[in-house]
Amino acid sequence: MTSRLPRAATVPAPATLPPSDLPGLDPAFSRLIDVHESDGVIGGAQDGAPRTWHVLDNGPRLAQLGVTPVGTILCVHGNPTWSYLWRSLVSQATDAALDGKPAWRVIAVDQLDMGFSERTGVARPLARRVRDLDDFTTAIGLDGPVVTLGHDWGGVVSMGWAVNHPDLLSGVMMLNTAIHQPESSPIPAPLRLALGPGILGRATVATPAFLETTLALAHPPLASDVKNAYRAPYRTAERRGGIGGFVADIPVDAAHESTPELDRIASELTRLTVPTLMLWGPRDPIFGDRYLDDLVDRMPHADVHRFEGAGHLIAEDVDYASSVLTWLADQAGLESLEALASLESFDAAAEHPEVGVAPGLLLGDAAPARNRLWHYLDELRDSDETALIEMVPAQGAGPRVVSWKLLSKRVNQIAAGLNRIGVKKGDRVSLLIQPGADLTAVLYACLRLGAIVVIADAGLGLRGLTRAVRGAWPDHVIGQLPGLVAARALGWPGQKISTVRYPASTGAALGLSHALADIVELGVDQALPEEPAATDVAAVLFTSGSTGPAKGVVYTHDQLSAIVEALSGQYGVGVGTGLVAGFAPFALLGPALGARSVTPDMNVTSPKTLTASAVAAAVAAVEATVVFLSPAAVANVVATSAALTDLDRSALAGVQDFLSAGAPVSEPLLTAIAALMPNASAHTPYGMTEGLLMTDITLEGIREAALAVDADGPGGVCVGLPTATTRVRISALNASAEATGELSTEPGITGEIVVSAPHLKDHYDRLWRTDRASRIGAIAGERWHRTGDVGHFDAAGRLWVEGRLPHVIAAPTGVVTPVGLELSFEKIPTVSRAAAVGIGPAGTQAIVAIIETQPPARRVSLASPELAASVRASVSQPVAAVIVLPHLPTDIRHNSKIDRTKLSLWAARILGGGRMVRP
Amino acid sequence: MRVLVTGASGLLGSAVAEILQAGHEVRTFQRRPSGVRGATDFLGSITNPADIALAVDGVDAIVHLAAKVSLAGDPADFEAVNVGGTRALIAAARGFGVPRMVFVSSPSVAHAGSSIVGDDALPADPAHARGDYARTKAAAELLALAADSPELRIVVVRPHLVWGPGDTQLVERVVDRARSGRLPLLGHGAGLIDTIYIDNAASGIAAALDRVDAVHGNAYVLTNGEPRPVAELLAGICAAAGVAAPAWRVPAVVARAAGSAIEAVWRVAPGADEPPMTRFLAEQLSTAHWFDQRRTRDDLQWVPAVSLDEGFRRLAAHYAAEGLSL
Repeated sequence: MTSRLPRAATVPAPATLPPSDLPGLDPAFSRLIDVHESDGVIGGAQDGAPRTWHVLDNGPRLAQLGVTPVGTILCVHGNPTWSYLWRSLVSQATDAALDGKPAWRVIAVDQLDMGFSERTGVARPLARRVRDLDDFTTAIGLDGPVVTLGHDWGGVVSMGWAVNHPDLLSGVMMLNTAIHQPESSPIPAPLRLALGPGILGRATVATPAFLETTLALAHPPLASDVKNAYRAPYRTAERRGGIGGFVADIPVDAAHESTPELDRIASELTRLTVPTLMLWGPRDPIFGDRYLDDLVDRMPHADVHRFEGAGHLIAEDVDYASSVLTWLADQAGLESLEALASLESFDAAAEHPEVGVAPGLLLGDAAPARNRLWHYLDELRDSDETALIEMVPAQGAGPRVVSWKLLSKRVNQIAAGLNRIGVKKGDRVSLLIQPGADLTAVLYACLRLGAIVVIADAGLGLRGLTRAVRGAWPDHVIGQLPGLVAARALGWPGQKISTVRYPASTGAALGLSHALADIVELGVDQALPEEPAATDVAAVLFTSGSTGPAKGVVYTHDQLSAIVEALSGQYGVGVGTGLVAGFAPFALLGPALGARSVTPDMNVTSPKTLTASAVAAAVAAVEATVVFLSPAAVANVVATSAALTDLDRSALAGVQDFLSAGAPVSEPLLTAIAALMPNASAHTPYGMTEGLLMTDITLEGIREAALAVDADGPGGVCVGLPTATTRVRISALNASAEATGELSTEPGITGEIVVSAPHLKDHYDRLWRTDRASRIGAIAGERWHRTGDVGHFDAAGRLWVEGRLPHVIAAPTGVVTPVGLELSFEKIPTVSRAAAVGIGPAGTQAIVAIIETQPPARRVSLASPELAASVRASVSQPVAAVIVLPHLPTDIRHNSKIDRTKLSLWAARILGGGRMVRP
Repeated sequence: MRVLVTGASGLLGSAVAEILQAGHEVRTFQRRPSGVRGATDFLGSITNPADIALAVDGVDAIVHLAAKVSLAGDPADFEAVNVGGTRALIAAARGFGVPRMVFVSSPSVAHAGSSIVGDDALPADPAHARGDYARTKAAAELLALAADSPELRIVVVRPHLVWGPGDTQLVERVVDRARSGRLPLLGHGAGLIDTIYIDNAASGIAAALDRVDAVHGNAYVLTNGEPRPVAELLAGICAAAGVAAPAWRVPAVVARAAGSAIEAVWRVAPGADEPPMTRFLAEQLSTAHWFDQRRTRDDLQWVPAVSLDEGFRRLAAHYAAEGLSL
């Protein structure tokens, strides 16, 4: 070993079998295999020293079962773990074969000097290690197809093997690893520390510090018997030479012995076209998102899943093995699907007449005749008409009026300027700018350039935003002060650009590279690069995070254009329409619609701050005929309507269409706001970040639907009919509340709402598993999305939303959706708001009513006998318990969605005999 | 069929004997007269093989309810009656070629003190069951299931917290203690508990007898399938009896500790009655225990006919009538 390591690292020792009682590891999978070390030429002579490897291998077991494997998964652990890391994959793959599923042979090696393999006593730099693995697979006569799987530095070694064996290779899989260290950034701090002078030997070999530090990285912490299993081969300094050797082999700079081999693998990797899977734990102090982003750049075709909350020991933190096997099965399925599709694409369509839709709809995606998003910016580039108004701009007094001419010029200048400072097509640009003229200009500049905009609502909160921004790993950040400060403080990635110019000291403190004004100057009279293709990715929009960590939703240019088309088709918004843009996602689309849009005076991170007077002023400013608001804003507008002047009221009387998007609005609230806009048709559409406009209903429609409700109560909220280009289907629930039914339009069946439209999302960003789950049951070749909402159609084809799928109560009497129950509870005079949740195992859940009373309760308790009796009498299903509390917790962004999942866990604790604390 | 019901002088035993009269010729076996009209009483002790033989001879089925049910007492008595009695009864059934048996057990045989939240019947576990009653019933249930065979088809049913008019095990205790102000709520009284109204327990046992040929070898928990917070159940019983519901609380932890202490003292110097609180009862009344009834209802083709609220109404009517007769 290198001289930087203690003598202990040079002591040879033979390979042994692991102890037979390690948790989760069947000793029958362990084998010792003799391999002759080659001279270094691939396929060359193997006349070197014999080396004994310890490996886990389910091959003999499969042979015993008489099963022929479909291929081999070759697993390589990193430092300082051993093949124990892959125990669950070996077991699960074997179990799957036993169940008659495709059988994968899994071979997980202990690299030489590691685990229970031989201690060779000589240094094994990266090139040697890659050759070692070559020698091993040659010795055992490994035949294709092979899919590699590596973790940590085992990822590098496995990728080295992969690029050397294109003939055998049919796929590449990796858990947290890295293939390239950007020169601009230092290697991760923990490794820097371990490499310090006088530290290396002590940290890695003489003491188990490096091992123990790694074992402490699991989330949740490892059980002590599992920790002991990882420690088993590394009990003494003599056993730990390999750990030190690996750390010493990290190519810290260009002069390092292993740099050429690492560079070779990194560059050859970009030529691999085989299916690739990257599973990542972002809570990794070593191989963070930076390295994932680098790998994605090299292998853009990869399926990527980031497991939020998991870290470096992702193999211990999550069930990676089922992901691996599912993905492999999908790859095999894709091959056969493709083969099928080419043979019988026409027949297949004929066999499924029930999915027949208007001709042209299916082709809609393939034949984009839609306007580009900057269509009107080009068409109206000489117009002095108003494009947008900001009632209260970030700087200076308002309102700020921007003409089409100015907006068009500014967008082109920013696009060209950004291009000059290196922002290019496909780069990700995170926009941390409040809605208004600046955001609009920067947004359209990025879109025109082909850069991918990353937009996360500040309503996510700092933690949610940080998670979102790190997950999307932008190349550039354009922002205002609060966002930039957070970006600096929390170490968000990307080149930082501010919307306003700051003194040099501030700029330096914030790590700013440019101000927007600089960009504009750079872009004056500069030619623009070629337009991006309609199929290129345009945006990553983050969900609200009300249903788990916020997810990045990817849209292509054409899909965004389709949103514009859907909006204009549904509400008649077009050139010259005055539009009050109080709902962020639609607000940004004003220029693409050709509309004259106005941002009212409000704090966008808190829609509750919008007042009736502010809406009226905005309406007056652009003579608006269309008003878009968020539901929380609607409530406050109604609450502050007393302040409206006669002038305000006459301005509001000019509104023809009013729209509240984001969450369903109750009929009374809609009635109240409609009274403020007496000539407007009030709409409340149904949609989500993944599909912004799926159905629509007017106030009149809601009233009409209410008449059709039978004695059992409405059972949900009516959201109306699908919009012109949207298809909505229901996937019925089984007794355990899983949506397993075929897609159907049959009325009266409750199930998961599944949607398809040209303006639907393309996919989730770096969430392969989530994306896969959202498409299950989709008609082959079409883009469908499982919304996670449950509902049903009525006889008139109207959709009724009954709540979220995870909130459905799987009671022994059948599945019950919460919204219907809650609406019944809320009819009781003393009940102001209610939540219905299920507790206990699916299929036999008990229904619990959680009640916010009027006047509010002072503390949590069981309901009075009278209230409990009223609640039970209001529904036909049995209610096990009625709990009252002072305040029902809601999703912070929408201030309207009740977090029933959290409430259910809370209720289960209380009704299990736990303490009466607030949720 | 000619059916032998053991332990028919108890609340549940007599209810079972009565309901079985409808379709069967009923024989009973216990120390005291059953009081079940139309049934033939065989008097004797379940620990006496000669008494058992007389009762078992000539029957087509046995419903075995006889047991020592108490929260305190000499462990040897529990062992003799609950385990020894069951063993002797099975031996007699085999000896006389009786083909069917319903063994009436208790969910406490699988209850180790933690919450039960929607579980189905778990295996009986004498080593972890709390208290002599549960421990010996668990051992007896294992004996019964081990004896199940094509020749002697045995099914186990476990009614959970049977209550109703005339019930001395739960209702009378609750009412007596509430009346004398000795009934505390343990914790916040929010633990969800599923119980079974007496008529439902009887019909469930009868259903098990009807279905024993198809479902023998299995154990089923019987409940109303209506879990409620324990405070509501106690309040319902108290309201039916016209006494005030418990108004004072004892933290669950304190109650369990007190239960253990009192239980220990009682064993050394037994009182006339039984301990005011045992650890077992403290756990029963402060943790959730409710069950998955789907398999029970499907397999036994049975649903409880009397709802919890109807049960409270019937209990109230009973106390009202009692009040009139006093």
